[in-house]
Amino acid sequence: MSLQVTDLRVYYRTRAGDVKALDGATFQIADKEIMGLAGESGCGKSTLGNSLIRLDGRMKYISGNVNLDGTDLPIWDKDEMVQYRFREVSVVPQYAMSAMNPTRKIGKMVADLVESRGMKFGEIKDELTRRIDLVGLDQDVLTRYPIELSGGMKQRMVMVISTLLDPSLLIADEITSALDVSTQRAVAETLVSFRDHGFVKSMMVITHDVSILYQIADSIMIMYAGKLAEKAPTATIIQKPLHPYTQALVNSLPEVGVRYKDKKLAGIPGSPPSLLKPPTGCRFRARCPLAFAKCAEEPPFVKVDTDHSVACWKVPGTDA
Amino acid sequence: MLSLNRVSKVYKVGTFGGKDLVAVRDCTFDVSPGECVSLIGESGSGKTTVGKMVLKLISISKGSITYDGADVASVKGGGDVKSYYGHVQGVFQDPFSSYNPIFKADRVFDLIRREYFPGMAAAEWRDKVEAALRSVTLDPSQVLGKYPHQLSGGQLQRLLVARALLLDLKILVADEIISMLDASTRIDVLNLLADLKSRGVGILFVTHDLSLGNYISERTVILRRGSIVEMGATDKVFGQPTHPYTRMLISSVPQLHKKWSQIEAEIGDPVVKGASCLFHDAYPTAGKNGIYAPTDPTLVKIEDDHFVGCFDLDNEKVGILAA
Repeated sequence: MSLQVTDLRVYYRTRAGDVKALDGATFQIADKEIMGLAGESGCGKSTLGNSLIRLDGRMKYISGNVNLDGTDLPIWDKDEMVQYRFREVSVVPQYAMSAMNPTRKIGKMVADLVESRGMKFGEIKDELTRRIDLVGLDQDVLTRYPIELSGGMKQRMVMVISTLLDPSLLIADEITSALDVSTQRAVAETLVSFRDHGFVKSMMVITHDVSILYQIADSIMIMYAGKLAEKAPTATIIQKPLHPYTQALVNSLPEVGVRYKDKKLAGIPGSPPSLLKPPTGCRFRARCPLAFAKCAEEPPFVKVDTDHSVACWKVPGTDA
Repeated sequence: MLSLNRVSKVYKVGTFGGKDLVAVRDCTFDVSPGECVSLIGESGSGKTTVGKMVLKLISISKGSITYDGADVASVKGGGDVKSYYGHVQGVFQDPFSSYNPIFKADRVFDLIRREYFPGMAAAEWRDKVEAALRSVTLDPSQVLGKYPHQLSGGQLQRLLVARALLLDLKILVADEIISMLDASTRIDVLNLLADLKSRGVGILFVTHDLSLGNYISERTVILRRGSIVEMGATDKVFGQPTHPYTRMLISSVPQLHKKWSQIEAEIGDPVVKGASCLFHDAYPTAGKNGIYAPTDPTLVKIEDDHFVGCFDLDNEKVGILAA
């Protein structure tokens, strides 16, 4: 078991009260697993990703435990986490454009970064050049400034830098969202090749685009309003989802080949609840076509099959 | 109804505007009433520039855009421009930046009333606004009197469409209007566009998302670096993609039930070895010595309602006016 998260709660402190952006998440990511994390904006997916690497000032750790390869990560302590970041847990942020220092040449910047971790740049240089080749970039990117690279090139460069020390867990937060379709594909396939080469042991790919996850992820976890809705292998989520939210989400995606005149897709009526005062019981209740009296109680996130967990009272096996 | 005839846009860039940047070159296509034309391209392909030229937000460098037979560039003077905007309206990508955050969102309706319906009685106006809101499936009591931050992105986008509907809307330029919306709400806005089509509104749907364009539109125009590389009926462009660039694009789209490797196996290699350029097969003299005459064709018809441009991806000059 590579990553084990137990009942993790992270709230945002605001003047109006705590925003319960991540309200009790329990899941595992196995070795060699690429887990996709999908959901609408504001469902807490980025909060979950960020809380595993760095809690910023507004984020408040409430409870829960994060265990990576047998070690408990002190995620509530920014300074204690320093020894794990980059070495054990690493992140590829959404905006690669702003992830690199614009005033330094890329090679210099990497040297600074590596030396800040007490290593010599020379020791890592060979590996760096090998990986730059692997992602299809020219060696001279190291002597260039970030502004001279295109969006896709920067994204790939940041991926190389983030995984330079072979972290155990890589968190990729919306890394393909700002890219064109052709570069999107190259970047997504690079992620898979990093896993295959063993640069990272397991990966959490956060995105709102379920179809990209279908291409690269081994399993998909769906979040809704700060709660986990469903987690299952990719094919199960796409073809046989159990949670009504997952079903509606998958059915509302237009694909190449689906035409309005042949098949009219339907959205999900209503909008997600406010997380400042989330409703009691199932948070999808107000928009759910299947909601019934029992939904006033909160459904547990239970295992219904091997590798398949879901939080819905309508799913057989949940009420047991 | 709306037709573009060899439209080009050249931006002046560099110090003192010393360099030319050709953003759109020689684009020719039409939008008919009740038809949705999707303009698909990657970033920097000039798709937004085309939309802006139709909306008269920027000038046209070469060529002409006509609306109902009248040249759009020559629409000048308050009255004419006003009547043009009475029929042609745009909705843009970011719903939050389309509103002034310190005013209530329904102020966009008041501006229309002041300009276009100054004499209308308050009760009659309220009925008109409510009818427009209902036709975009919004509940008037939920959206009127609210500030932009109190509404969701999908609601704000639909408000903007409702605003356009208050006028005698004939052409809607929808520039990436659902890119910023969530999966669960974007399909409702997309279906709304389809509903507008049935009322006879022509839609120019600018997007980078091939699956959305495929879902909604009758005709598709694929832009690459400002030039049209392939256009025609949507089922033909997506069914038999012919241009190497179109094939590459379609094979890169992440799909829900097909893996990339499977799509690639179906479409085949984007560049078929030994295949000649259909465009230059038909027009061997076009662009002789690298110079394109203003009268040279830019696309070749390969079947009914299906056109492609030159296959050479490095050929930057295809269709460029001899400048």
